[in-house]
Amino acid sequence: MIRARGVARSFGDKRALEPVDFDLESRGFLVVTGPNGSGKTTLLRLCAGLLIPTSGELEVDAERGQVGYLAHEPLVYRELTAIENLDLYGRLYRVAERRERIGMLLERFGLWEARSERTGSYSRGMLQRLALCRALLHDPELLILDEPANALDEAGETLLERELDELRRERTFLVASHAPERLDRFATGKLALG
Amino acid sequence: MDAGALARKDLLLELRARDTLPAMLLFIVAVLVVFHFALPTNASAHASLGLLWVAILFTALLGLGRSFVAEREQGVLDGLVLAPSDRSAIWVGKVVATLAFLVVAEAVALPAFALFFTSIDGATIAGVALADIGICAVGTVLAAMAAAGRARELLLPLLFLPLAIPIVVGGVGSSLAASSGKYLAFLALYDAIFVLVAWAAFEYVVTE
Repeated sequence: MIRARGVARSFGDKRALEPVDFDLESRGFLVVTGPNGSGKTTLLRLCAGLLIPTSGELEVDAERGQVGYLAHEPLVYRELTAIENLDLYGRLYRVAERRERIGMLLERFGLWEARSERTGSYSRGMLQRLALCRALLHDPELLILDEPANALDEAGETLLERELDELRRERTFLVASHAPERLDRFATGKLALG
Repeated sequence: MDAGALARKDLLLELRARDTLPAMLLFIVAVLVVFHFALPTNASAHASLGLLWVAILFTALLGLGRSFVAEREQGVLDGLVLAPSDRSAIWVGKVVATLAFLVVAEAVALPAFALFFTSIDGATIAGVALADIGICAVGTVLAAMAAAGRARELLLPLLFLPLAIPIVVGGVGSSLAASSGKYLAFLALYDAIFVLVAWAAFEYVVTE
């Protein structure tokens, strides 16, 4: 699903990602590891289509609407409630049976009780759960997750792992993580940067 | 449909945060009060109508400067750009929302102007309406460009004001000239050209 050959990215004079090669097959689960500044986020943004490589070839066999992207930021409006944010994304992604899907995801990630609160009042962990709901909302083929366990408590991590376990046989995953050992049982490959 | 959802979202954000429209209202009324005391008592209607256009332009600039604040501060633009919908829908949504704020500000400012200075005719109102479309269409693209830059507060006026000169020419002409029709036609032509250019350019502004 993703084929990268010598993919590198610079911002001005600064090299954010050294040339990297990898293949990610459909239904694969590739874990990207590396120290801070090694280019994990840059690589994920390249694969999501948010950046263009400075050099190299990158082929991603997924349409824009088939990619679910979890970023460092939750990508939600803080003045809107969880339901309003997900409803907006649901409309933009043309999610069928939007309300039911939103309700199901909020239930599953333990946010149903807080669904009508503005997300500005959410804790960092709740925002991360909401960001996971947003990334999964349109049932994407390719999931690009940047530190998915970031800010999650033990219960949140368990929820995340349950979700990954459920989806990994039917979806393709590209996941950046500081704690790759927690993802060992899902991983079909690892890519170490830096 | 996408543009409608995005515009509704911007209006809802403003309804809750109230950080753009009150500022625009206060600014335009304050500017008119300052002009009222700055102009000599025997100043002509020509001078005061010129100042009205200056006030409208800078008030619009204030609104445009805040149009991408939520997306920039909360990093939401990435989420919108990744959606499979036409990226120009983001631009249309922002134009509609900014236009709504500007129209509300003008609904207060024009009667205040008539109170402080001179009466306003239909040609001036038509000119303001046409100018608003051009201001919001061009300004929203430039606001998106400036939002991605470092010196965004500086960049937006520097990019916007030169492109707004034809709007001032058309607007002042429609307010003062005996035959205002040709100036209104000029504003309509400006709108037609720049709406198309801005619509086509927006995709390249928000992506690499």
